[in-house]
Amino acid sequence: MTKITFIEFNGTERSVDAENGQSLMRSAVDNLVPGIDGDCGGACACATCHCYIEGPLAGKLPEIGEAERSMLEMVEGVTAASRLACQITVSGDLEGLVVRTPQSQH
Amino acid sequence: MSANVVIVGGGHAGGQAVASLRQGGFDGDITLVTAEQSLPYQRPPLSKAYLAGELPRERLLMRPSAFYEGAGVDVRLGIEVTGLDAGRRSLTLSDGGQLTYDHMILATGGRPRPLPCPGADHPAVHYLRTIADVDAMRPRFVPGACIVIVGAGYIGLEVAAVAIKHGLRPVVLEMAPMVLARVASPEVAGFFENVHRGAGVDLRTGVAASAIEDRDGKAVVVSTAGDRIEADLVVAGVGLLPNVELAQAAGIDCDNGIVVDAFCRASASGVYAVGDCSNHPSRLYGRRLRLESVHNALEQAKTAAADICGKPLAYDQVPWFWSDQYELKLQTAGLSQGYDQVVIRGNMAMRSFAAFYLKDGRLLAVDAVNRPAEFTLAKRWIWDRKAPSPQQLGDDSIEAKALAV
Ligand SMILES: Cc1cc2nc3c(=O)[nH]c(=O)nc-3n(C[C@H](O)[C@H](O)[C@H](O)COP(=O)(O)OP(=O)(O)OC[C@H]3O[C@@H](n4cnc5c(N)ncnc54)[C@H](O)[C@@H]3O)c2cc1C
Ligand code: FES
Repeated sequence: MTKITFIEFNGTERSVDAENGQSLMRSAVDNLVPGIDGDCGGACACATCHCYIEGPLAGKLPEIGEAERSMLEMVEGVTAASRLACQITVSGDLEGLVVRTPQSQH
Repeated sequence: MSANVVIVGGGHAGGQAVASLRQGGFDGDITLVTAEQSLPYQRPPLSKAYLAGELPRERLLMRPSAFYEGAGVDVRLGIEVTGLDAGRRSLTLSDGGQLTYDHMILATGGRPRPLPCPGADHPAVHYLRTIADVDAMRPRFVPGACIVIVGAGYIGLEVAAVAIKHGLRPVVLEMAPMVLARVASPEVAGFFENVHRGAGVDLRTGVAASAIEDRDGKAVVVSTAGDRIEADLVVAGVGLLPNVELAQAAGIDCDNGIVVDAFCRASASGVYAVGDCSNHPSRLYGRRLRLESVHNALEQAKTAAADICGKPLAYDQVPWFWSDQYELKLQTAGLSQGYDQVVIRGNMAMRSFAAFYLKDGRLLAVDAVNRPAEFTLAKRWIWDRKAPSPQQLGDDSIEAKALAV
């Protein structure tokens, strides 16, 4: 288990124990984190798992793949910190990761 | 005592209804009755990663069982609702039980349309809707096997792609003169035909199955072209019949689905219908629609839940869908029916393009192949009823980003 903190656009924080090997999107959905919907189930088709990840741990994330990059390109509210949570696998390296969810997914 | 909700059917829509009711603050009793033996799960992987054996069954679940416990939901797996008295607001269950409801959400989905030809009850003939369906065909879905796929819709084509990857020999029969006939333009259909043929699929359009015969336990598919194709496995993907019988027998209005208003309310009081089984008014297209997509199932479930929670918000969405075949990601937004112009942006030969469908200059829909940016933009344009000119849409030298209006 890896501890991950999700912060909603309005500042509400929620920490979850995410299962290693699962996607960050699944961890959020399984723990009813508002703001990460995951409509397509992780097929990189919907962008309803869009989130922002900053800070030192951002460097430990798996690289953005081509599908993720182009999916994010025109998503509302995209920034340099944008990621698709379904494309990130939870691992011990990410202990303490902070993930912000965008307003548009509420 | 606070009101209770009974949800009939635990697919995408039924599962989402549970989550949205609790997220919306509903604190009454929730009962989820579903005929399948599984908690709500994702269907799309059934014809993709799950069929390919790349995804374990547990990963199909929309939410873990702890979620339903935490939400205090009374889940009845493997139980069918067999009777509905909309006046008394009561339900009869296949295990002899009874339930009453203040609100009921019908999320009964649909069932595969049976293959309409003699011999369709041959043991080699399978359908693809549930986990159980895939598990049942798996022993026949083995390298070297000949698989005949009847119907070249999304599901049929996805199965063909997985079959090729697995070393099966797929033959696809499609009655219409082209694949994806109900949804795509000839341009896009032609693209997918080339891709599948190039990958080794024996794709025959304008050909239907006229009979299934038996030869020593194998199926022989007799085609309308007169061919006889020996098959280890026949997969029929010829459409869906919405599960409306329960509602219909109770006198609830049905017309190609259970007829609902913009808040997913059916014609009997306290009753909602969501997902594949429901037929709703579309503001965007000015007509009634019955959609078969995950997005529609999820959003309609949210709509019904919001209404029950006293926060009604009309269902008003751009329909969208995706399909994965080989390394191609197709994303489609909007509905193209009635288009009078197709603009292709990008390069079909490079397997990266978007087809925009317009009517009187208005953007109706897009089919985007490996073009997520165009898909995302077009979804917004369709909603806004504002899009770049056909000339701009077709000019791939302008970056997608720069097309934003
Ligand atoms: C193989 C396959 C691939 C797909 N791929 C995609 C895709 O890539 N993208 C996409 O957007 N969509 C896809 N779809 C469509 C999508 O899965 C459906 O639109 C969606 O699952 C519909 O959800 P639903 O909850 O309305 O109905 P369903 O998922 O059909 O659920 C209905 C449930 O109700 C139960 N039920 C019915 N009647 C009763 C009763 N009387 N009592 C108790 N229970 C009952 C049924 O057993 C079933 O479990 C695919 C579908 C299939 C089959
Ligand atoms: S869940 Fe759909 S893109 Fe991540």
